[in-house]
Amino acid sequence: MIRYVDEFRRKGPARAMLRRIEDVAPRDCVSIMEICGTHTHSISKYGIRGAVPTGIRLLSGPGCPVCVTAQADINRIVEFSRRNPSVVIATFGDMLRVPGTFSSLEKERAEGADIRVVYSPLDALEMARRDPAKEVVFYSVGFETTAPTVAATVIKARREGIRNFSVLSLHKLTPPAMKALLDSGDVNIDGFICPGHVTTVIGAGAYGFIAKDYGAPCVVAGFEPLDALYGLYMLLLQLRDGRAEIEIEYARVVTWEGNKRAQEVMYEVFERADSRWRGLGEIACSGLRIRGEFSHFDAEKRFDMGYVDCDDDQAGCSCGEVIKGLVAPSECTLFATACTPETPMGPCMVSSEGTCAAYYRYERI
Amino acid sequence: MCLGVPGEVVEMDGDTVLVDVGGTRRRASLMLLDAEGVGLTPGDYVIVHAGFAIQKVDEQAALETLRLMKDIS
Amino acid sequence: MGEAGRILLAHGAGGKLSHRLIELFVDAFDNPVLQQLNDQAVLDPPGSRIAFTTDSYVVDPIFFPGGDIGRLSVCGTVNDLAVGGAEPLYMSASFIIEEGLPLDELERIVHSMAREAASCGVKIVTGDTKVVERGKGDKLFINTAGVGRVRDGMELGPSRIRPGDVVILSGTVGDHGMAVLTKRKGLEIDIPVESDCAPLHTLVAAMIDASRGGIRAMRDPTRGGLATILNELCESSGCGMLIEEERIPVRSEVRGGCELLGLDPLYLANEGKLVAVVDRDCATAVLEAARKNHLGRDAALIGEVLEGPSARLLLETSVGNRRILEKLSGEQLPRIC
Repeated sequence: MIRYVDEFRRKGPARAMLRRIEDVAPRDCVSIMEICGTHTHSISKYGIRGAVPTGIRLLSGPGCPVCVTAQADINRIVEFSRRNPSVVIATFGDMLRVPGTFSSLEKERAEGADIRVVYSPLDALEMARRDPAKEVVFYSVGFETTAPTVAATVIKARREGIRNFSVLSLHKLTPPAMKALLDSGDVNIDGFICPGHVTTVIGAGAYGFIAKDYGAPCVVAGFEPLDALYGLYMLLLQLRDGRAEIEIEYARVVTWEGNKRAQEVMYEVFERADSRWRGLGEIACSGLRIRGEFSHFDAEKRFDMGYVDCDDDQAGCSCGEVIKGLVAPSECTLFATACTPETPMGPCMVSSEGTCAAYYRYERI
Repeated sequence: MCLGVPGEVVEMDGDTVLVDVGGTRRRASLMLLDAEGVGLTPGDYVIVHAGFAIQKVDEQAALETLRLMKDIS
Repeated sequence: MGEAGRILLAHGAGGKLSHRLIELFVDAFDNPVLQQLNDQAVLDPPGSRIAFTTDSYVVDPIFFPGGDIGRLSVCGTVNDLAVGGAEPLYMSASFIIEEGLPLDELERIVHSMAREAASCGVKIVTGDTKVVERGKGDKLFINTAGVGRVRDGMELGPSRIRPGDVVILSGTVGDHGMAVLTKRKGLEIDIPVESDCAPLHTLVAAMIDASRGGIRAMRDPTRGGLATILNELCESSGCGMLIEEERIPVRSEVRGGCELLGLDPLYLANEGKLVAVVDRDCATAVLEAARKNHLGRDAALIGEVLEGPSARLLLETSVGNRRILEKLSGEQLPRIC
């Protein structure tokens, strides 16, 4: 028994909750968006998308950090790894197979680049510590759950005098993306299921403006199936009652203020910067760059990382639209034909939390 | 985007904590958690993400959530 | 034997050092056929039907909790034969050794193979050794071929699978995959799990005897895990299957490790487990026979074969929904996001 996991994965309560959801489902169609790859994954894996009444559309938004990374940023690191085979590139497993325009980290590794998968940025720092003669560049993607872990690692590197470690920060922030989606008017969103662990860090208060300025209710939900179902139920109650509030389902770890220590660490090393998102384009103050005081650890300052602008989506690939919830994976012409987990055409299929990967793996009965 | 798993605090050692998930153990950093402030002790549970403990699990809140879920069942 | 006891290129050159290595193998594997040191092994025909298999072992690390590459090569070969209903008899063992491998590591592995082969009643009757330059091979690769005897009338294979059959799994999944993973550099995780590396031929024999002809097909879910092997059975048989997640035995430590690393135990390798598709009527007897054997003590009935026409593998999750269970694509990489 894995505590705080298994209790939230039970058949009986799940079925009962689905019945309650049917009871409170609105007569008109509603579109609920989650913006977290882990939610996409969990909702697909446990069949929640298909099990809810047909009037409830569960959309997947730009919640997969791999998927929202701009093509140009992928190309940059792939190109860098090819030109610098003596530099160790440390990356989370998710990024390894993402296809750039010409190549991928996985392909470059087969060609001799020194690319290593890590589970934690601390593992990358450890590589740098063990081999002072080698430069280690950590290819850093992730939202506000991961960014503090990278910031802490940079602080540790400075404290321990490790000079051969740097980070390419491609971190992005969640609330600005939600705002951009709502401002774009492209997608009709009636309510949000907010990401449980991002909010553990930033606090539920960060979404206040969404209820206040846009009238969209939000529920911060955990990732186990009962959490997702109960969070959806809470959201539907709000819609039924005409409320637009920020509520917390995942109360066992999420609070209104969030984790202040983690926030402090994150902003000690990073500062907000404009950022380019696949599908959403350039969004002001939506990303994180390393502050000047830590420029020694900024891979962009240490190396020539080159940035060549390019189109995000390759011919036929609809990732940009899938990310915004505009197009369902099954509506992409390449889905499950040319584009499969073996032969991915875009990040949404290759990332384990990409929308297309989730649909392909779990929803093609 | 946040694979975080709850684990039991088995040992606290300066700024790291040994966490047990179902019998498997991994060391996690406490750099992102005010351990003293939340009164972290062995036996408590934390959420571990990318090698860091990012929050203490509030047992009372967990029980309350389970109760609320049961109520609507 | 070489500086600080390491394998040199000369060990593969055919001269004196090569002969020292051959002595190591011959002494360890100890049988009259091998001792003749011919280029081939001449065997008395084991009966009219022969099972023949081949495999290569490239596992990294070569020593892992619960075993080593040598033990794995013997068990893996025996199991490939066993799931065809064959009694394993003879094996070959070819070694491709990277220059610089410490000699005592090679000795440990060879002795491990000898012990395992002896306990299985399998003779290693022929082999080969090559040494490649440092950097051109990952410490040690072992290739084997195995020969076994198949009883008359024994026909096992996916074409025999029928709707209504049931699926039996011999024990916990994910143990080997986890055990090997924990030793990989950079994962720094303490999973008190040993590889389940074991020879299954006695378990298979017990299950076959109890089934009275009711076993349709058997496979061992090695690379790619249970999900991949079940998919292959569906594809080959043209039949769909429904597996219940809650019935699949997984050790708590393996689950914990999978949660921590973002892995799925259904895709991790197993080296001492089998799946058997059996006629529903003999399921109880087969399950009982399996559970009496130490290697099948956690055997469970995990699913059934469905009426057509779809040949998909479906999983009923712990929450009660059904979804497709794909075969493994790419490597399973620890997830972060």
